Amino acid sequence: MKYTSVFDIIGPVMIGPSSSHTAGAARIGRVARDLFGRLPKWAKIHLYGSFAETYKGHGTDVAIIGGLLDYETYDERIKTAFQDAKNAGLEFEFIPETDHTEHPNTARIVIGDDETEMSIVGISIGGGTIEITELNGFPLRLSGGMPAILVVHNDRAGCIANVAKCLAEYDINIGHMEVSRKERGNMALMVIEIDQNIDQSIMEEIELLPNITKVTRIKK
Amino acid sequence: MEVLFHNVRELVERAENENKLISEIMIEQEMLMSERSREEIIAQMENNLKVMEEALEKGLKGVKSVTGLTGGDAVLMQNYIQSGKGLSGDILLDAVSKAVATNEVNAAMGTICATPTAGSAGVVPGTLFAVKNKLNPTKEQMVRYLFTSGAFGFVVANNASISGAAGGCQAEVGSAAAMAAAAIVEMAGGTPAQSSHAFAISLKNMLGLVCDPVAGLVEVPCVKRNAMGAANAMGAANAMVAADMALAGITSRIPTDEVIGAMYRIGQTMPTALKETAQGGLAATPTGKALQAKIFGGAVLERG
Repeated sequence: MKYTSVFDIIGPVMIGPSSSHTAGAARIGRVARDLFGRLPKWAKIHLYGSFAETYKGHGTDVAIIGGLLDYETYDERIKTAFQDAKNAGLEFEFIPETDHTEHPNTARIVIGDDETEMSIVGISIGGGTIEITELNGFPLRLSGGMPAILVVHNDRAGCIANVAKCLAEYDINIGHMEVSRKERGNMALMVIEIDQNIDQSIMEEIELLPNITKVTRIKK
Repeated sequence: MEVLFHNVRELVERAENENKLISEIMIEQEMLMSERSREEIIAQMENNLKVMEEALEKGLKGVKSVTGLTGGDAVLMQNYIQSGKGLSGDILLDAVSKAVATNEVNAAMGTICATPTAGSAGVVPGTLFAVKNKLNPTKEQMVRYLFTSGAFGFVVANNASISGAAGGCQAEVGSAAAMAAAAIVEMAGGTPAQSSHAFAISLKNMLGLVCDPVAGLVEVPCVKRNAMGAANAMGAANAMVAADMALAGITSRIPTDEVIGAMYRIGQTMPTALKETAQGGLAATPTGKALQAKIFGGAVLERG
């Protein structure tokens, strides 16, 4: 099911004018910020389909920047997000694309700072509900509506079991899990939706397991 | 994950078999799926109701959008109602003015509650706060109105679409009007089956509605569709008439779930130009294009 809550339908409480183009866009930006773990220094935002055609009128641009600044959909500061970003030292650029995408409201957000960079693709499927469909080239499906951890690892036997065991030790239940890889034996990504927010210390413990490269999380 | 209903048929059957309101089935499902308490869920919906009322009151005082394209029509309509010259009935016009008020606040980048989307956020609260004057509901019944609307919207969102970009305006204002129609029926004491018929009658008359915002803004025709026949406004009118038809005992010949399926397929076959891309319909008229040029200086340029 794409929609799991009545509040996906009666809600969200948000700044207008468009749930797909404003609230959904803010949520995609905020998930990107969450996964990056801090405010990036720069952002290149590629917009596709209806996002590319109408982003200015719908405030899609200010909403995504607002999301990168960690603003919620109802945060009135979304209106001043451009100025706030400049004040916070975030440089950004919007690039409307003409390529056809599977979903009409698609954004690719590439963000980074001096240490690292990250690329994420999000789609806004209606009423402010979103899905993340790609992270650093890995296909995935993540709603952002549940807490989740994303584990980049080497594609080796036992890796998944080790992570699952660690979560079990802390009594953390896995609601949904997906593993994807670009090619066999190379880098892979685990996407684990869990029932509660996870502590930083548990993430650090997972990161110390063999063949684990990086652990990030989405809080709810 | 346990789901109490996947479609309207299951929703109505469950409500009737257990002798419960549709809103109650929605609350129970939300408790199951979110693992939250009834109190928490009700409190969140009460907050949404408060946001709706505040938005509508703000709009009735008069707002202007950033572009200046929309704003102030809700006030004009309220004044007209006060004059006593209204032809189509004061509750209907009240619903229209309150739906417009909400959408005007939305266009002005104010705070609203999406129902099911922001562009269609006027219909459910507009009708709710208008029929309130006739039915004198308790606060609990008003909150239930939102759960009933949500139950039907939930089916549409999962089995079809509530996105104008994916399914045209029929998926947004069409869904909103049908959701409101179903909720009015429950508030007026109708049966779950009557709610379902009201939903189907309402949505059937919104099928094919395109999404063609001028300059890509959720202003023209979105807001004025609140006040005139084409969409939001007919949304409000359509919802109330459909509710009255169902309460009168009139049924939909096409089952509700099949109407939702038809809406989905129409959305899929609708040309992209008519799905929120600002390339067709009213957006492509000489005046639509002129307004876009005036607001964006003739071309959509990057900012940053």
